[in-house]
Amino acid sequence: MNLFNLTKIALKAMGRNKMRTFLTMLGIIIGVTSVITMLAIGQGSKESIQEQISSMGANMIMVHPGSDERGGVMMDPSSMQTLKLEDVEAIQKYASHVSAVSPMVSTSGQAIAGSGNWPTTIQGVSEDFPDIRKMEVAEGVMFTDYHIKRAAKVCLLGQTVVDELFPYKETAVGETIRFRKVPFKVIGVLAEKGQNTFGQDQDDIILAPYTTIQKRIMAVTHIQSVYASATSEMESEQAEEEITRALRISHELAENEENDFTVRSQQELISTFSSTSQMLTILLGAIASISLLVGGIGIMNIMFVSVTERTREIGLRMAVGGRSRDILSQFLIEAVIVSVGGGLIGVFLGLVLSYGLGNILGWPVTVTEQSIVLSFMVCAVVGIFFGWYPARKASGLDPIDALRYE
Amino acid sequence: MPHDIIKISNLRRDFNVGAETVHALRNVSFGVKENEFLTIMGTSGSGKSTLLNILGALDKPTEGDYYLDGINVSNLSKDELAVIRNRKIGFVFQSFNLLPRTSALENVELPLMYNSGISSRRRREQAIEALRIVGLADRMKHAPNQLSGGQQQRVAIARALVNDPVMVLADEATGNLDSKTTEDIMSLFRKLNREGKTIVFVTHEHDIAGYSKRTIVLRDGEIIDDYENTGRPAQGS
Ligand SMILES: Nc1ncnc2c1ncn2[C@@H]1O[C@H](COP(=O)(O)OP(=O)(O)O)[C@@H](O)[C@H]1O
Ligand SMILES: [Mg+2]
Repeated sequence: MNLFNLTKIALKAMGRNKMRTFLTMLGIIIGVTSVITMLAIGQGSKESIQEQISSMGANMIMVHPGSDERGGVMMDPSSMQTLKLEDVEAIQKYASHVSAVSPMVSTSGQAIAGSGNWPTTIQGVSEDFPDIRKMEVAEGVMFTDYHIKRAAKVCLLGQTVVDELFPYKETAVGETIRFRKVPFKVIGVLAEKGQNTFGQDQDDIILAPYTTIQKRIMAVTHIQSVYASATSEMESEQAEEEITRALRISHELAENEENDFTVRSQQELISTFSSTSQMLTILLGAIASISLLVGGIGIMNIMFVSVTERTREIGLRMAVGGRSRDILSQFLIEAVIVSVGGGLIGVFLGLVLSYGLGNILGWPVTVTEQSIVLSFMVCAVVGIFFGWYPARKASGLDPIDALRYE
Repeated sequence: MPHDIIKISNLRRDFNVGAETVHALRNVSFGVKENEFLTIMGTSGSGKSTLLNILGALDKPTEGDYYLDGINVSNLSKDELAVIRNRKIGFVFQSFNLLPRTSALENVELPLMYNSGISSRRRREQAIEALRIVGLADRMKHAPNQLSGGQQQRVAIARALVNDPVMVLADEATGNLDSKTTEDIMSLFRKLNREGKTIVFVTHEHDIAGYSKRTIVLRDGEIIDDYENTGRPAQGS
């Protein structure tokens, strides 16, 4: 008995029960469709998060006051005053894998221009800040060391602020805004960045020289955080260590004292989020796999019914010369055709659904080849695994008993 | 001198039902020559089906030897028995046992599907020829539910003939048919026998035995009579 004849026999037997064959397949179709779609959604959101984090500056390193390892009462880091301008200088001096560094002092308040009025955040930074954050100046210019030295009352506006304060103006450059009664001349507008992963509007900001914010708005001498850029993504970890060392020297911490600051790199953030979304992908995949499993059990169930129902047919096949292994193969082939056929349709529907979600709802979806190969192989295995037992039952029948079965 | 298709000696078949042993066949010995038409007769439970199943290589004797066309079947494995059934035997059952929703032609082709030495073209040709022999060449595309009982049994007989077996075995093959149809089917068997087929036919009806050339009578698993049907030519042939 060759495989070709057996396949023919199996196909004929399935053709005699088209509706049942289709319904059995449906379990697998739904299973595979959901596995492909769920993995595409998981993978898509993972990639989108990674991309967004990288767009904030893949080399970025942030320093905040306070230790994140300290137990007990959490203090609001912005109220701590342990970071100074000397720390920035220390980083510039000791950290050779840092290409740019900027202090940061920020506060929120109303920005006013004429009759326009908008609550926003003003960030006091150095001229290197846009490079570190991967921000671009769309119109006008960035302020320079010259403005910083003089604590000049100049600023750059994010696109949201421009839209709120100067909705009818061709350009905001050259206008003046007031922030906490201090007038700032707008010398530039930042290019639009949109929302970040966490839903924050990255364009709802005003950038100004940190000296101006320190002296004229907040009347402080400390800084709230430090933003730095590693020379490359690869050297991010090294840069982090150098910054830590520089700050420990600058803060004159003894060997046994804990850091009174926290250094965190974008790379860490990426890997944290990657592992989170990896978990998400696995979870979605696992849930979808359950439906594939249920589909497999459906095959087994129907196969058992079918073996019982076709007992006399099996007896007859044996009587006319079908060997046990021919009967086994026939039922196995039936199971595999159902599962692999269902798998094929499922892969197709999964692709349609994934790209449909991507195009119509704008969800980030990525269908990986592995997910297709994987679910396809799982299908074949499901067919053989769940078809095996009923097929064994069929092939183990005694022809005389089977023929006599009522 | 025609050679022996079947040669059995001291055949015994026991069934163990719980602690008891049923002796379905005991000390059965006989031979069947080529081109014989043999009826095995006996009351219900006398062991006819058990004997026929052994003759058809569906079952093996508990003891004794069985030579089929020169091969000692008692020593064969399950798979080897399947091949013997496929190449040397044609079965006809009381309840036809046709595959539902499958054309007569495909039903007849079935035994040849299990013989990979036969091409699909030859399979088709042989099946058409077998259907022609039983007089159903014009019903090839019909499914069993579109055929009468007698026609269904003819399809089953065609299926038993398609592999050109050394003998055709029939177990109460007319048990589900009315008397007119029974006559037709028995005439068909006679015709096949005249054309050279060896036939072993099991029945519990005395009338039917009249169609054959020789009758073996079983009672409680033993042969109590074995005679030639000389004086009783059957009608309608
Ligand atoms: N598989 C079996 N298990 C137990 N006893 C059986 C089995 N097959 C047949 N028998 C017994 O063997 C005897 C002969 O049965 P069978 O050959 O079917 O008789 P017949 O076909 O002549 O009516 C009966 O007593 C029956 O109960
Ligand atoms: Mg019987």
